[in-house]
Amino acid sequence: MNPSPVIIEIDRVSKYYGSFKVLEDCSVQVRRGEVVVVCGPSGSGKSTLIKTVNGLEPVQQGRIVVDGVTVDATSRSAAALRARVGMVFQNFELFPHLSVMDNLTLAQVQVLRRSRDEARERGLAYLERVGLAGQAAKYPAQLSGGQQQRVAIARALAMDPVVMLFDEPTSALDPEMVGEVLDVMTALARDGMTMMCVTHEMGFAREVSDRVVFMDGGRVLEDVATAVFFGDPAGHTPRAREFLSKLIRHG
Amino acid sequence: MDFGVIADNLGYFLVGPWPDGPLGGAALTLVLSVASALISALLGLAGGIALSLLQGPARTALRLVLGFFRAIPVIMLIFWIYFLLPVAFGLDVPGVGTVIVALSLIGGAYLAHSVHAGIESLSRGQWQAAAALGLSRWGALRWVVLPQALPAMAPSFINQWIALIKDTSLAYVIGVAELSFVAAQVSNREIVYPAEIFLFIALLYYLLCSALELCAGRLAARYHRYQTP
Repeated sequence: MNPSPVIIEIDRVSKYYGSFKVLEDCSVQVRRGEVVVVCGPSGSGKSTLIKTVNGLEPVQQGRIVVDGVTVDATSRSAAALRARVGMVFQNFELFPHLSVMDNLTLAQVQVLRRSRDEARERGLAYLERVGLAGQAAKYPAQLSGGQQQRVAIARALAMDPVVMLFDEPTSALDPEMVGEVLDVMTALARDGMTMMCVTHEMGFAREVSDRVVFMDGGRVLEDVATAVFFGDPAGHTPRAREFLSKLIRHG
Repeated sequence: MDFGVIADNLGYFLVGPWPDGPLGGAALTLVLSVASALISALLGLAGGIALSLLQGPARTALRLVLGFFRAIPVIMLIFWIYFLLPVAFGLDVPGVGTVIVALSLIGGAYLAHSVHAGIESLSRGQWQAAAALGLSRWGALRWVVLPQALPAMAPSFINQWIALIKDTSLAYVIGVAELSFVAAQVSNREIVYPAEIFLFIALLYYLLCSALELCAGRLAARYHRYQTP
């Protein structure tokens, strides 16, 4: 039905630490322009799953293909692939010794070999897009958490990624800063960016995502259209129902 | 106490028989210190980086080599290089070169562990963020990790360099005419002024070490201007 090509293909992936299974036989597809939210209780393996997509977490079984390229965390080609996959971390992970502008230009210059001028120009354009045009000369420590996360999003976007991965982008933020980050993500989704987001923000999931993947115990228990996920509770697995009821009660 | 003996021999304490003979005294101590400090810093950086990047047997081998140089006394390494290399390999290493090589190897081995610890102290998240942007492990180290880790290593470097300045005095065992050696010479010649002479020598060592600490402190302060969270 959906004619867009598959950008992320996670195919029967398993990962162990010793005998402990972190991921078990997980399969998820993300098509171009889709926004897929991955949710589940902590320890369910959702952060690990999203980090397998750009090879930050190696897997023991299964196959991951991103935009036609098979991900091999151990090979040298992994760096080339990562340059085309944007990632936003829970703790922002801006480089504290670099100004905001240098955070945005570092990989453009060192990895994509853009000229400094071109990198600065793009950096500024993306800073403007996340509403921080005036902050280019500041250092990360001078910004609020919400601003830092928006810079991190701009830094990833400046690499012209084919897909953006978000690993709990609002979990480390004070509540009053969650909105500004979600607004940027929503605008990004509306512009057609392909996104895979690990998040507990069910409002965002309901309004912006196309599909919701529910994980528990390292397995993908549900992978359904957003309307279905937030529809009749009777259709859910018991674990998902329990998770959802807790989120609604507390969130 | 009669400090006239210091004034009489001041030139000899400071530069040895130079310009009529080879450089010696405090000036030679300075040359030995600066050369070994620079080489040990380079070896330490290279060793620390290699410890962080290498894996498997290569890493184990490097650990063993570094462990070896940390475990042997400086004086023994000086003897080996000066007396053993000519016998074993026909390599004739001059005294000054011997001391610089010995101090650099041992200082480098110590510093390699400091550099490695500094690199490891940075959070995994910074490595991951660098990797996620497509930087290679080397690129991540060069642009993200080292610029943050090096300022934290400054105290280790200064400690090591101060120890190194004092260890140059071991050069006397192979007749290199650095500060301690010329002090002993003068003391033997003048016979009755050892207290004055060795007090003065202690003062010179103190000045050398303090000057290093002062310069390094200034440099570190300038480097620290950037913000950390």
